[in-house]
Amino acid sequence: MSDMTVAKGMNQRRPAKRKAVSLANRLSPYAFVGPAIIVLFIALIIPLGYMIYGSMLDWTASQSIEEADFIGLKNYTDLWNDPRFMKSVSVTLRFAFIVVVVELIVGVGLALLLDRDIKGMTFLRTMFILPMMIAPVVVGLMWRFMYHPSDGTFNRFLEKIGLPSVDWLGEHALMSVIIADIWQWTPFIFILALAALQSLPRSTLEAARIDGASPWQQIIYIKLPLMMPVLIVTALLRLIDAFKVLEVILVLTDGGPGQETQILSHRINETMTEVRHLGEAAAMANYLLILLMALTLGMLGFNRWQENRTARIRAAAEEDV
Amino acid sequence: MLKTMTYASFGAALMATTAIANPYSEYEGTTLVVNFPAHPHYDAVMQILPEFTAQTGIEVEVDQLPYLAMRERQTLELGQDEGEYDLVAYVVFSKADYVYADQLENLAKYFMNPNLADPSYDADDLIDGYVYNIGFAGGSRGYLEGKTGSLFGIPYGSETSVLGYRTDIFEKHGLEVPETYEEMLELACQIPALEPGMGGLASRAASGHHAAHAFLLHLNPLGGAIFDDNWEPVMNSAEGVAAAEALKQIVECGPEGAVNFGFGEALGSFLNGDTAMYLDTTVVAGQVNDPERSQVVGNVGWALHPMGTERASQTGGFGIGIPSNAENKEAAFLLMQWLTSREGDKLVALAGGNPSRFSTHADPDVNAAFPHMATFGEALQYADPDWRPIIPTWGRINADLGTTLSEVLTQELDIQEALDGVAERARAAMDEAGYYSWQ
Repeated sequence: MSDMTVAKGMNQRRPAKRKAVSLANRLSPYAFVGPAIIVLFIALIIPLGYMIYGSMLDWTASQSIEEADFIGLKNYTDLWNDPRFMKSVSVTLRFAFIVVVVELIVGVGLALLLDRDIKGMTFLRTMFILPMMIAPVVVGLMWRFMYHPSDGTFNRFLEKIGLPSVDWLGEHALMSVIIADIWQWTPFIFILALAALQSLPRSTLEAARIDGASPWQQIIYIKLPLMMPVLIVTALLRLIDAFKVLEVILVLTDGGPGQETQILSHRINETMTEVRHLGEAAAMANYLLILLMALTLGMLGFNRWQENRTARIRAAAEEDV
Repeated sequence: MLKTMTYASFGAALMATTAIANPYSEYEGTTLVVNFPAHPHYDAVMQILPEFTAQTGIEVEVDQLPYLAMRERQTLELGQDEGEYDLVAYVVFSKADYVYADQLENLAKYFMNPNLADPSYDADDLIDGYVYNIGFAGGSRGYLEGKTGSLFGIPYGSETSVLGYRTDIFEKHGLEVPETYEEMLELACQIPALEPGMGGLASRAASGHHAAHAFLLHLNPLGGAIFDDNWEPVMNSAEGVAAAEALKQIVECGPEGAVNFGFGEALGSFLNGDTAMYLDTTVVAGQVNDPERSQVVGNVGWALHPMGTERASQTGGFGIGIPSNAENKEAAFLLMQWLTSREGDKLVALAGGNPSRFSTHADPDVNAAFPHMATFGEALQYADPDWRPIIPTWGRINADLGTTLSEVLTQELDIQEALDGVAERARAAMDEAGYYSWQ
């Protein structure tokens, strides 16, 4: 009797224990993810929420956030109707588009050229990535000296070979800023493109060579398509960065002449430090964030579409076989 | 024994009397934390602070920052319940923001306190234009002298505008130092023809604050203003157009690349010998004869800011004030009073700083060390405290004005049209800020 009672008792306890274990099993992933969610909440969600809330306030630098009046979306609508803000958006888009396209072409080109065993390659690679290591303020100062109308390196050189001098930071300010950015950030694309190239499956390239593909055909039909996912992420990273460039422009042109080189981040900085309207600056920053998110989603969507397309083509080819 | 005791008691009594008489004794050993800009005047201040500590026993710890970084830091610090700074130097256009936000102490209670206020301070000796421009708030137009106004800071490191010119070039070509705008503008374009490769007059012109500053330098002497008495923007008047035309002519006849010059480049072109004239702040006087910075040592003369329809020179620079959230306000006041006293002002002038008192400009020792001080002293009589509005909306209008003027200089924008646009936008900003509520 007593044995039976014990067994019955054990049988009753077992499902309860099983239930507890199953609950623990179900909760354990949340426990592991919990700290990360807390960090994410503190480091990302709170500042972002603060910025969104701030952008709906008539908030100047002399006020604490509690003292500012809530004005809803007024800062956003005011900016939308402000031609000077729109000009900044246009300068930002032009700047970012040109630098990323040129840097991609030059960076990938250099990677294709240097993806071989040449003597002193390590030294050459180090030299190529040197500009990226220099602080942006120093890059700005360096190029400002080189663009100097009378004492600058470029105009002195032009003068020496009998050509007229160029008004780099006046008439051609945006181009001059673009050149400086390309000089500094092409190495970033170069490094990533080179890494992507060196990780390509050698067998595919070898097969292409055996099939008689010329070096150009290898690049266009084998290397570039295989590198594409890496290149898209690289371009995305550069694009995000190009939208936020500030120091180089601040030192080189300070957004001028007029608004010729005033990209959004410069206008945000001006609104914060000179106009001292933190609410408006926060609204601008949110517009920039929305723009970047739209671009990021667009590029990632394109990447996924391309991968699906390739998978479909491959599947169709396999079916044909 | 009795005699010894008598002497001892007398000595103790004397010491006690001295302790009471010495207004600094209560604060001896206090360490003040002050925030100053990296600026030639405040570099000179650093040299005289040990003298203050030696005289008073009050230690001073200085946080010296580039002036824009200093303003950002102050924006953060002054908004706290308890601040880090006991005394701050502030840029003149911060006055409106700080006073409006109740972040600076009204100085009346300190000057009323017999334990703190030095009877020999002689406030009347402080330069009027600077006091009203930098220290005064709540008076006429909210930021000028007036019956409703009060003192929140004292000018320290203040500047006005003067004309610097190359004596060697002027002598070589038999040129007269310009006294009027007409003469100055004519000379500015004559010099590049006389001295090929040399610019006429060095001016700031870069987009933003620099272009706006250069325009304002010419606006008041040519009879213009930013606002009329009813806060209606009038920078697009005929006088405003004349000021923008003057700026354009100066830049066109200036050194190569002048259109992108900030203050540093404009000054650099004068110090390098690339330009024959310089019209801007007095703060650079100490640099022209420094062989490490200047190639025109001994070849620079100074004259008053030329006259247009009237004589008016700029007022700018820094003032010092006590933050409302300071920990050691009374000791900070004692430092402020000492620095701006006759003695302190002379000491800082001799160390290469900008004096804020009439007496210092007339002082024989100071004039012997810096012969240009007499001209600068004369220029101060015309320092116009209303050369630009010091109101919270000015930052927005200033940024717009500077960007638009840069477009005028580089993109051939019609001056009248450009200034009409600025006036329209300025009116909208003023309307939003409530300046027309009573109309």
